[in-house]
Amino acid sequence: MSKAIIMTGNSAAALAAKMCRIQVVAAYPITPQTSITEAISNYVESGELKAEYVRVESEHSALTVCIAASTVGARAFTSTSSHGLLYMHEQVHWAAGSRLPIVMCCVNRGVGAPWSIFNDQQDSVSQRDTGWIQLYCRDNQEIIDTVIQAYKIAEAVSVPVMVCYDGFVLSHTMMPVVVPMQEQVDAFLPPLKTSGHLDTANPRNINPVVFPWRRADSQGVMRDGYMEIRYKLHSALNDARGVITQVNGEYARVFGRDHGGLLWDYNANAAEILIVAMGSIASESMPAIDSLRAQGINVGLIGVRAFRPFPKLEVREKLAGAKAIIVLEKAISYGHDGALACELKAALYGSAVRVPFHSYVAGLGGRDVNAKEIEAAITDSLKQIAEGNLEPPTHWLNCRTE
Amino acid sequence: MPEKLFKVNLQEYMLPGQRACQGCGLSLSFRYILKALREDTIYTIPASCLTVLCGLYPTTAVRVPILNCTFPSTAASASGLVAGLRALNREETTVVAIAGDGGTLDIGIQALSGAVERETDFIFVCYDNEGYMNTGTQRSSATPIGATTTTTPLLTKQQHKKDMVRIMAAQDVPYISVSSPSYPLDLYDKFVKAKRIGGSRYMQIAVPCPPGWGYHSKDTVRMGKIAVEAGIVVLCEIEEGKFKFTGRSKVIAERGKRTTVNQYLEKQQRFRRMSTEQKEQFQQWVDTRWEEYREWSQR
Ligand SMILES: Cc1ncc(C[n+]2csc(CCOP(=O)(O)OP(=O)(O)O)c2C)c(N)n1
Ligand code: SF4
Repeated sequence: MSKAIIMTGNSAAALAAKMCRIQVVAAYPITPQTSITEAISNYVESGELKAEYVRVESEHSALTVCIAASTVGARAFTSTSSHGLLYMHEQVHWAAGSRLPIVMCCVNRGVGAPWSIFNDQQDSVSQRDTGWIQLYCRDNQEIIDTVIQAYKIAEAVSVPVMVCYDGFVLSHTMMPVVVPMQEQVDAFLPPLKTSGHLDTANPRNINPVVFPWRRADSQGVMRDGYMEIRYKLHSALNDARGVITQVNGEYARVFGRDHGGLLWDYNANAAEILIVAMGSIASESMPAIDSLRAQGINVGLIGVRAFRPFPKLEVREKLAGAKAIIVLEKAISYGHDGALACELKAALYGSAVRVPFHSYVAGLGGRDVNAKEIEAAITDSLKQIAEGNLEPPTHWLNCRTE
Repeated sequence: MPEKLFKVNLQEYMLPGQRACQGCGLSLSFRYILKALREDTIYTIPASCLTVLCGLYPTTAVRVPILNCTFPSTAASASGLVAGLRALNREETTVVAIAGDGGTLDIGIQALSGAVERETDFIFVCYDNEGYMNTGTQRSSATPIGATTTTTPLLTKQQHKKDMVRIMAAQDVPYISVSSPSYPLDLYDKFVKAKRIGGSRYMQIAVPCPPGWGYHSKDTVRMGKIAVEAGIVVLCEIEEGKFKFTGRSKVIAERGKRTTVNQYLEKQQRFRRMSTEQKEQFQQWVDTRWEEYREWSQR
């Protein structure tokens, strides 16, 4: 029987990685991710997990180790936050370009300067265009389940997956988590078949310099140029939409929990006002929605789980009946709007949905955003919309802006 | 000597059509490295002249498995290969990282220092052409004093070369060696030996580079020899902290007679702006280091 255990988000992530029988781990300490790496060290040193743990000297090396280990066919895991993720940026691209099924937890934290150890999602959102799949979790149960799903997805499409969740809000908060049974995880996620990219019997030069144009190999067969290789990565991410949905469905059947594939929703059917959010700010919006509905306001919530690949058509479908859209998010695309707001507007262009659109940047650097404040923001937006303020620039919630 | 020559692996792993410049000291060295390390070896190579030498997709000039990695990450990439192979019970495969001096002494030093501190079971090869050659001869920390490069075009490099051998020795790397393609059997023997021993192994090779140094491509072997005769390049091994001159350097050390650096400096365009004072400083730097190595060899 599966049983519920009270644990933090980081414990859930570490436990999930262990249950996936990861073979190589490399990580470097950074708040608020550190306790994942500590927990995994414990698993390895106590013999509970048979894995090579490489205690690297930097995050750049952490992801490098995963890249090389994954190239020889080992299941590799790392985790990081904020500056750690930024420091590995070169390797974040390299991992995706190498088409390796690495899974990395990003415990979301604000980035400096100035220093902040607290939560927002600027770190992972700023890695949007690296070619990774990005999944955002709303609670600790979703973390354990998503890490397990992430390997299945990554190994199906040969694209690395970043499992993102909010620092402290989830990483250090205890919640009951139903722990799947190991045999079920083993059946769901069979051992990684050695890709054998680096085989001494069949030598190959992996990731050499590639020309812009297609070129014949020594047998006269035309091979991809750089641009075809890029297109294949792009297509793999596009194809990943179906895989993410399918893996989520399969997971729900086996383990009885459905977190939504690309999206999830709460009271969204026939709701006139739709809130869109990602991660813990989405879960924090749920009580606000309950309260507003109790006041007779027909409001619902769409949680974006996959930020990349972005669920463009699914979002359009979900928002088709909306009379107003309000976005809440913990990242900003400086000089433009909130990052999620930009994506949503782009997804809606050309669709029939042409409704008032308000967006809020909230909770940067760990500033509290509670349900009451979210409720007040929604109420205020509805008032403004009624007054004809249909698409203002992004609001900064709870922030002195004069 | 001739008997030794017959021991050299006849198999060629480097094919015709490799893309290094004519007279490249790296290509001479690489051919012997591959022969010495034979099969069951995996290489990881960062951005450098060696990337280009190995060929451009979809053809390759070398018949060995290679994982290209980013410029700073070579030793970490090797660590990942070692970890992955261990996890898959393929430990018998030798993992070799090969980087230029920039990829070793400069941008790669953090990953390298970390990997050897972790006692990673791998060979790290630094081929030292004394500059960023792949990007067109910029200054590196391995460039000698008085050399012009494209980033020290008028005033020349003002500092001495970084002594990476001593940095590795300070980290107690169990096997360290310096070789030169001008003495291929000495180089070959060191790699045969290195393959047999475990732990971290740091192997530096002084590779003359015709376009980067400004001399005719026919003179590469000669340039390497002049460097050794003057003690600018010291062929050696440091095993478990114990320093040993090898090959030609051993003969020179025993005889106690080195040539001056003058011939070396005169034969290369890159030293044409070197001041008399810098020449003296260079000679002094070579002398001091030689003395220190000599004392070390007697410890
Ligand atoms: C992070 C990063 N910075 C800069 C470069 C550009 N780059 C490629 S090769 C190279 C020089 C390599 O020099 P070295 O390691 O000495 O090898 P060599 O070219 O001399 O063989 C540079 C600067 C890069 N690829 N990555
Ligand atoms: S630039 Fe120098 S090191 Fe690079 S390939 Fe040419 S000769 Fe060799």
